Amino acid sequence: MNTRDSLRTKLVASPYIVWSLLFILAPMVFVVYYSFTTGAGDFTFDNIRLLSKYLTTFLRSIWFGIVATVICLLIAFPVAYIISQKTDKVQRTMVLLVMVPMWMSFLIRTYSWMAILQDTGIINNFFARVGLRPVHMINTSGAVILGMVYNFLPYMIMPIYSVMAKMDMSMIEAAQDLGGNRLTVIRKCVLPMSVPGIVSGVTMVFVPSVSTFYISQKLGGGSFDLIGDVIERQFQQSYNYNLGASLSLVLMVLILICMAVMNRFSSDGGEMVI
Amino acid sequence: MKRFFSFALAAAFTFLPLMSSFAASVDEIEALRGTTLYVYNWGEYISEGEDDSLDVNKAFTEKYGIKVVYDTFDNNESMYSKLKSGGVKYDVVIPSDYMIERMIAEDMLEKLDYDNIPNFKYIDEKYRNLGYDPTNEYTVPYTVSYVGLIYNTTMVKEPPTSWTALWDEDYTNNILMFNNPRDAFAIAQSILGMDYNMESPTAWNVAAHLLEEQKSVNPVYVNDEVFLKMESGEAALAPYYVGDYLTMKDNNDDLALVYPEEGVNYFVDAACILKGTKNKLAAELYLNFLNEPDVALANAEYICYGTPHTAVFKNPDYSYFEDPVLYPEEGAFKTQLFKNLSPETLALMSTLWDDVKNYVPGSVNNRDFFFGSRSVSSSQDDAEGMTPQGKRYALCIAIFIVICIAFVTVRYAIKKYRE
Repeated sequence: MNTRDSLRTKLVASPYIVWSLLFILAPMVFVVYYSFTTGAGDFTFDNIRLLSKYLTTFLRSIWFGIVATVICLLIAFPVAYIISQKTDKVQRTMVLLVMVPMWMSFLIRTYSWMAILQDTGIINNFFARVGLRPVHMINTSGAVILGMVYNFLPYMIMPIYSVMAKMDMSMIEAAQDLGGNRLTVIRKCVLPMSVPGIVSGVTMVFVPSVSTFYISQKLGGGSFDLIGDVIERQFQQSYNYNLGASLSLVLMVLILICMAVMNRFSSDGGEMVI
Repeated sequence: MKRFFSFALAAAFTFLPLMSSFAASVDEIEALRGTTLYVYNWGEYISEGEDDSLDVNKAFTEKYGIKVVYDTFDNNESMYSKLKSGGVKYDVVIPSDYMIERMIAEDMLEKLDYDNIPNFKYIDEKYRNLGYDPTNEYTVPYTVSYVGLIYNTTMVKEPPTSWTALWDEDYTNNILMFNNPRDAFAIAQSILGMDYNMESPTAWNVAAHLLEEQKSVNPVYVNDEVFLKMESGEAALAPYYVGDYLTMKDNNDDLALVYPEEGVNYFVDAACILKGTKNKLAAELYLNFLNEPDVALANAEYICYGTPHTAVFKNPDYSYFEDPVLYPEEGAFKTQLFKNLSPETLALMSTLWDDVKNYVPGSVNNRDFFFGSRSVSSSQDDAEGMTPQGKRYALCIAIFIVICIAFVTVRYAIKKYRE
């Protein structure tokens, strides 16, 4: 009986195992292989040594990622809380509204921000109409971070909202009964309970922000690189898979470290996250 | 109707019946019905049947019964990467000159049987046997054009005549630049009077240095965003391909183009057949079909690039017939073709390009933190080690981490204290 059960479990799990072998493990092996070989296939550390040149780019990407994530969090937490306090029907509509932009291609959305932000764009035209001084927005770091926040915000709202929606309302009522005002209730009760959502939201925003490439090219004017741009260029233009792979490897390691640290902190409270 | 039209036109031009001129027999061509041909071309680079124009691929299918699977790429390098990485199978591909040279050198192209491409006779003599295919065994030229300097007449003080306008501080924040190394370096090399195809590392370093200097005018590096930015009057100056300039000019009449005195890049995109094709005869029929006078005319009208096809550029009904911009007088300015570079030079070019992109000029507007600009004085050292900018990012990240750690520790301490 027992053996049959385990066999069945194995059978059920097999598609997933095959999937992860093919599409997760195999690519990783290739990345590692390319990082430590030359174009001819000889073992080398040169690719890793070359990375010091890209230190500034790495730091810039991480910093932009942090800023974008913090801004996303500051926006998403109140939004998620407000949504979760509405009636079911309103909740559904609001969640839909959060998701709607994601039905459009991410490339098109970023491209349209270019038309909105540029000096002759929609915002500056409006400023000119009402007699305000035009603001130079496109091709700045701010525009890149705006692009990241805009594109990745739903990934922050959704996990926080889904945790909040399932929150035990009796806890909040208890806190209110004990005389906590609104702010205290949020700070002492809602915030700690939504930590798992926040952590997975932070991961889901931070990882794509650090490795993004399209946004910085279109909204940043291409005059400064993020690490994703450099990696893309190695594969698309220079045909230097080895350098590209070693850059990706370092990026992966960095992200893994960040996630490990974060999971460590969040599991202090005894909650398990992704 | 369209087919009839094409037959009539072809007959009018050639006075020859269509099929009989092929080396391959009618039976062989008939046998290809139902097969599929895979074509890989630049984006927006074939007449697609908008606004009553000819849909070339559809017309080809109607004529020969061969299905066309048509994909596009946006630069030579990504096309090359995709073909090299395997996993794709194309029959016909239309790259640029220097890339064709490289593909020939790497044995990626199939020799053509010109007996099956009788329309090759329309290709003007001066576009045959060019450097990338000196004996013309692999290619059928598709388009020819130049790089020029596009400017917005309302935004410049006086019409520029030199590439150095792109370094002019009066146009700071209003300059666009190629976002691909080969074209960007060619501009610097023109100014320095260098050969585009030089192999000397010092010369490439000098050119890279010039490109780094350009960063003090805050150029925006663009690919096809150039259309949006030039048409909306977002930028004053941009180097780009002449054919695309004509498209932009249709949407913004303030634009003008000049061929800078230092010389420009002249390029040819040509159709080739890839090694390992399973449908070579169909591919040759396709190459031939592209050079049917009416098809070539429809393409030339749609793409707006120059054409090597005599029956088109000598046709008074062609919209760009003797157009001074698209077909400038020969010898009016210096032109150079790109050649394939050695792997070492290519590698050097891409590292130098990475350096250029990451170079931060000292004492100019620094666009680091959010909107607007602020002045930051930083030293002009090369990208060795930590740049001042890098140090600032490191500092910011460090502060952030310290705050996080402090927050966690304080909370932990409070918890302990309460217990």
